[in-house]
Amino acid sequence: MALTNEIIRSRLMEKFGEELTGWEEPYGMLTFTSDKNLNLKVLQFLFDDPELGFQFMTDLTAVHYPNQEGKELAVVYHLHNLKENVRIRYKIFTNIQKPDVYTASALFSAANWMERETFDFFGVNFVGHPNLKRILNVEEMEYFPLRKEYPLEDQKRTDKDDEMFGRD
Amino acid sequence: MARPVQYNITDKPLEKPYSIVQGPEGYMGEGFFASKLSDVVGLARKNSIWPLPFATSCCGIEFMALMASHYDLARFGSERVSFTPRQCDLLMVIGTIAKKMAPVVKQVYLQMAEPRWVLAMGACASSGGIFDTYSVLQGIDQVIPVDVYVPGCPPRPEAVIDGFLRVQELVGSENLRRRNSPRYKELMETYGIQ
Repeated sequence: MALTNEIIRSRLMEKFGEELTGWEEPYGMLTFTSDKNLNLKVLQFLFDDPELGFQFMTDLTAVHYPNQEGKELAVVYHLHNLKENVRIRYKIFTNIQKPDVYTASALFSAANWMERETFDFFGVNFVGHPNLKRILNVEEMEYFPLRKEYPLEDQKRTDKDDEMFGRD
Repeated sequence: MARPVQYNITDKPLEKPYSIVQGPEGYMGEGFFASKLSDVVGLARKNSIWPLPFATSCCGIEFMALMASHYDLARFGSERVSFTPRQCDLLMVIGTIAKKMAPVVKQVYLQMAEPRWVLAMGACASSGGIFDTYSVLQGIDQVIPVDVYVPGCPPRPEAVIDGFLRVQELVGSENLRRRNSPRYKELMETYGIQ
């Protein structure tokens, strides 16, 4: 029997009940949310459960929602069941003042570099990550460039020398 | 009816059967010629500039056209494009330099022997170009001193040839003591180069 979104949902509801919220199916892809401290339990269950078997992490990233008070950063996990060819999306939200999230790198090796990238661009602090440092940007960078905190063109930038180019 | 093909049928004779560089000014007599050493050195240097292309992106494609037979930079004494900085006189930075690439550009510059010159080809190398963003160096003159900027996105090979001729002008007229002068040392200090 094919693994449908209804089966996945009921299986998760059996285990976690009302802990999982925000059920959606945009373009047919099952999406849900939970408390950020529950992330490893949910991922482990999705991995271990013989019926679900989401053992492949295709993507891990973050989104910045500057207007959501206390839930500014969303960490998004994309999981794939290779046998059934089914994908799901799992989101957790964290505040931006102390963006601590448990690392999934022990469960999925693929999460190691993707968490480093997410840290690099959004500053999500993955607690327990073996090597949490910048992966793509220069190490001296002091900010997280993909947070929506910067004007498109900041006139006070010091690394842009406009002396010769007719702008001020 | 197909458009008739027109060939270039007007015969244009060569101005001279061979071409030779004009010698420096000097005093000539029977069996001797006296001139300034700096002029002779400058003449030799400017007609055998070995370029080191540091090509990272689309300007590099234009640079290939520049080196190929149609535009042929070899006419100006730059036949030998070298890929080791130790042998080169002119560093041509061609294309976008990311901030992470900046130490590499600087190291390549440091590995070149004096006297050395730098040409920044294209908008990105000169000023960051359209990449006004967190990851791109806003002009290579933030890390190394630049002698000639060639604007354009990308510049046409003719523009690069023009820039190259300006480098030749600089090379040919350079004072032999310039690289030992306090002003030059001061300039190098601003880039943290000893």
